[in-house]
Amino acid sequence: MVIKVISVIAYLVLAPIVGCILAGLDRKVSAKMQRRVGPPILQPYYDVRKLFEKEKMAPTRYQDFYIIAYLVFLIGAGAIFFAGGDLLLVIFTETIGAAFLVIAAYSSNSPYAEVGAERELLQMMAYEPMMLLTAVGFYMFHGSFTVDDLVKPDTMAFLPMIGLFIGFIYILTIKFRKSPFDLSMSHHAHQELVRGVTTEFVGRTMGWIEVSHWYENIFLLGFIFLFFCNGTVWGCVIGALVCIAAYFLEVFIDNSFARMKWQFAFKSAWIVAIVLGMVNIFILQLVF
Amino acid sequence: MAYVTKSPWVVHYDGSSCNGCDIEVLACLMPMYDVERFGIINTGNPKHADVFLVTGSVNEQNKDVVRQIYEQMPEPKVVVAVGICACHGGVFRDAYNILGGVDTVIPVDCYVPGCAARPEAIIDGVVKGLGILQAKREAMVNGAKAIPAEEEAPAEEAPAEEAAAPAEETAEEIKEEGGEA
Amino acid sequence: MGTITFLIIFPMIIAFVLLAARSDKARDMIVYIATAVIAAGSIVCAIQYFGSAGEYFPVHGEVVGYLMMAIEIGLAVYIIYTGIKHKKYLASLLALVQTPLMIWFELSHGHEIEVQYNMYIDRLSVIMILIIGIIGSLICVYALGYMKDFQHHHAGEKDRRPWFFFVMFLFLGAMVGLVTSNNMIWMYFFWEITSLSSFWLIGYTRTGEAINNSFRALIMNLLGGLGFVIGIIILGTIFGTLELSTMLVYGSIYGDLVAIPAAFFAFAGITKAAQMPFNSWLLGAMVAPTPTSALLHSSTMVKAGVFMIIKLAPVLGISNFAGLMVMMVGGITFLFASCAAISQNNAKRVLAYSTIANLGLIVACGGVGTPEAVWAGIMLIIFHAITKSLLFLCVGTAEHHIGSRMIEDMDGLFVRMPKVAMFMIIGIAGMFLAPFGMLISKWATMTSFVDSGNFILVGIICFGSAVTAFYWLKWMGKLSAVVANEENVEQSVHKSETFVHVTLTILTVVVCLIFPLISMYGLVPYLEGVFGGIATGLLSSSNMIIMVIMLAVLVLLAAMFFGKSKKEQVPIYLAGVNKGDNRTYYGSMQKEVQFSLRNWHMESIFGEHRMNVIGDVLTVACLVIGIGAVIATLISLLGGVA
Repeated sequence: MVIKVISVIAYLVLAPIVGCILAGLDRKVSAKMQRRVGPPILQPYYDVRKLFEKEKMAPTRYQDFYIIAYLVFLIGAGAIFFAGGDLLLVIFTETIGAAFLVIAAYSSNSPYAEVGAERELLQMMAYEPMMLLTAVGFYMFHGSFTVDDLVKPDTMAFLPMIGLFIGFIYILTIKFRKSPFDLSMSHHAHQELVRGVTTEFVGRTMGWIEVSHWYENIFLLGFIFLFFCNGTVWGCVIGALVCIAAYFLEVFIDNSFARMKWQFAFKSAWIVAIVLGMVNIFILQLVF
Repeated sequence: MAYVTKSPWVVHYDGSSCNGCDIEVLACLMPMYDVERFGIINTGNPKHADVFLVTGSVNEQNKDVVRQIYEQMPEPKVVVAVGICACHGGVFRDAYNILGGVDTVIPVDCYVPGCAARPEAIIDGVVKGLGILQAKREAMVNGAKAIPAEEEAPAEEAPAEEAAAPAEETAEEIKEEGGEA
Repeated sequence: MGTITFLIIFPMIIAFVLLAARSDKARDMIVYIATAVIAAGSIVCAIQYFGSAGEYFPVHGEVVGYLMMAIEIGLAVYIIYTGIKHKKYLASLLALVQTPLMIWFELSHGHEIEVQYNMYIDRLSVIMILIIGIIGSLICVYALGYMKDFQHHHAGEKDRRPWFFFVMFLFLGAMVGLVTSNNMIWMYFFWEITSLSSFWLIGYTRTGEAINNSFRALIMNLLGGLGFVIGIIILGTIFGTLELSTMLVYGSIYGDLVAIPAAFFAFAGITKAAQMPFNSWLLGAMVAPTPTSALLHSSTMVKAGVFMIIKLAPVLGISNFAGLMVMMVGGITFLFASCAAISQNNAKRVLAYSTIANLGLIVACGGVGTPEAVWAGIMLIIFHAITKSLLFLCVGTAEHHIGSRMIEDMDGLFVRMPKVAMFMIIGIAGMFLAPFGMLISKWATMTSFVDSGNFILVGIICFGSAVTAFYWLKWMGKLSAVVANEENVEQSVHKSETFVHVTLTILTVVVCLIFPLISMYGLVPYLEGVFGGIATGLLSSSNMIIMVIMLAVLVLLAAMFFGKSKKEQVPIYLAGVNKGDNRTYYGSMQKEVQFSLRNWHMESIFGEHRMNVIGDVLTVACLVIGIGAVIATLISLLGGVA
């Protein structure tokens, strides 16, 4: 119990720090790939602090509620994850958070925010099957949905679940809002649909959105970590290394591809989920 | 120190410019000058922006657009008029539909002259604007409303010849930094 | 026993009284009192029997049996007559086949079979009675105000409201009968009454479309009725019993043999629950006034179908053809009906597809037949009944005030009808979001599917729930949009309608808060009774508690922050100049352009026709294989005996 409380507190405190540094490294690496010097590593932190200094504005009286709910549930999803909770519960909690973000964008009735919101919905529809299948895969392999049990198994899930792993990396591009799937809002090309789903979020509100991304990224990487847990230290080390590698792989993909159309994003994500996810699940069922 | 100076996000509006200055603004974002070093990002959304870059003069058609973009930016904010047209109308000043510089519609904090304004000068103008941003932020914290930009503006206004000199310096620095990188 | 008889007979008496009551005032009075009595009666019934493990009542009644037979013959004659009158010969033909078959069986074999218990009640019946008694009654109350408006909108037509309320109450009585009959012949009698009642309700407006659709519903349900009759005959001739309880007991003795009649009963359930390929009748039913849709979708009719399948669950399962057929039909229906909902703009059709999809999930749960799956299925029934009736009734009210049932026209409903929009948003959230009931049930469904070892169902639910979130959220977004300068048109909503909305909204939230209790005291004992062992593998109590905490947090956040932002309100960004009203901007040449926002229907991927064709083909294949396998087993069995 004490360990759980500590790990949740550690998540709440450390996730934004690590997330922020990762985001800074992302920008630095992207800059280097484009032969630029790039901003300081702490630039995302400055951005957020700056956003908090800005004047308070909102298009409606209701936006704040939606954003607060978004934050609470998104961070809650991560907290459940690091408390060793149920993987499906984590995914559902995250979905409700994402739903509130979409509703916040819709509530402004701004055309740009609404198109962004609809694209966000499309992305949710694209990545959700794969996320659920990954959780199911863990259950089939380790016999449990709880993260508690998944971090201390005897065998590494990576090889038997390699299809699910690749599929998860694929949808991670959508979740990290990286090109070619940065349809609803993009971190780099700041001109897509004005600013997509976040168009009407001003100052502090926008700041919170950025912070929530840091939280979200960390617990998504936590999913990857689970593929490598096998109860030993070197399993954890490999897991941590692969998490970092996966993050920078996404950065690399981000800088190497142009944005695709929504049809491609949606269809390819589902095809990956069917081909890699379902087949892997089928094999797991046959073998385990 | 206000963080606003470390991450000035820019929204760029093209009034009735000949596109010369616009291309120079974009040049600032390119690897050569790489303004992201200073945390500058070109956002398309006035609601996220701190610095309003206007190129070209203001005419009857776009005066409301300029005014509205300005109004939609949250405080603290600065306006940088880029190029001689944005400063006072340039060669178009006497055209029937031109109102004049950007300051005929909204308060301008920094004037960057030139035709077209050079990237070094633009960066210099934005960096000058950061000082004003800082002042405005401090004014906000102190409870007062941000200092009206008109009072600041004349102090920042510089004839084209004078502005060129610091701009050259900046260019030197940039070249050096670029060399190091 | 007295309470149950009362709950069957009383609504029927009221139905006839309402047929006679012509004035609005008298009708209002009668309906208010009668619904209060029915709701109270169902609660009394619940208190009486909830603690017991289930009771069986002998109810010896030769007379009742003959009375039912007489009524059945009368109804069959009626169907044959109307079928011929409207040139729907298929309906006449089906009635002509099944009723004589039934009568023949009852008089020959059926007569010899001793039925020990004609009626029973257990916790599942109690839950169904509560749903029928409370939600059904609320819908009747709502119908009072709604039908006044409806009559107003259709001025000049004959006022057939006495008939409408007659059928509504008849329906409630028949439903209570259906969920408490142990004798399959009695159940069949109530089954047929519900089919006919829905036929009358769908055809209420007597337009050409309404009549066509009502006959479609009738034909499909008669087809199911035929399956029911065949099931009864097989059960009677081979197993020598007519009792549902005995059949379930035989399930554990004779194993998969019992699946043979069960397959036919399940077929009847599938038609009634509007599963693909029979889903078109429920969509057609949308022509009827909204209370009808609400009643059909939430507390009666389709719930009879899934009730039947949930009842049969112990003899279904992955190991026999009947179970496989049922779970695949349910699963496929869930996926493709959810997909088809994306392409819909008509709010009632979205609701209809969502009902079909959720029923599919319940049917699949019944087909899987493990205690966990049945737990999830019953939870789905409860939550779906409450939430779906709330949504239908909100759409109905909105339709009368904004003059459209299209989702695209619900722009800014948040401003125009704030209360209705709020209720609708809560209802939609209840359909798929995390701390609410439907998601809890879906979660349990998912775990039970994974455990069942049918990986296709696992895939179906993963994809299906993603699709579900898409179509609900885009509707929810539309509702929550704050469109400036809209007029509030809510004042003229009938008080009775608002009362029903509020009650259902409170029920939606409260039932979610107390669902661990429902599970602990209602479902787990029921499952232990039916399946023998202690039900394991349910959602762990810590997860249930987290869900309840989440809901509490959500309610708390809403109370603290909703609409309380002190931030300066600014106009939205529109490229060009926002005129200031947030709806118009100056386009090129200073021209004023008014924008409007439209949802995304993805016709090219999720076109309704395409989804229906794929779903129909797959489900027909499942049904043909399933029933075919069952018949083959039957023939080999009979051959073996001979």
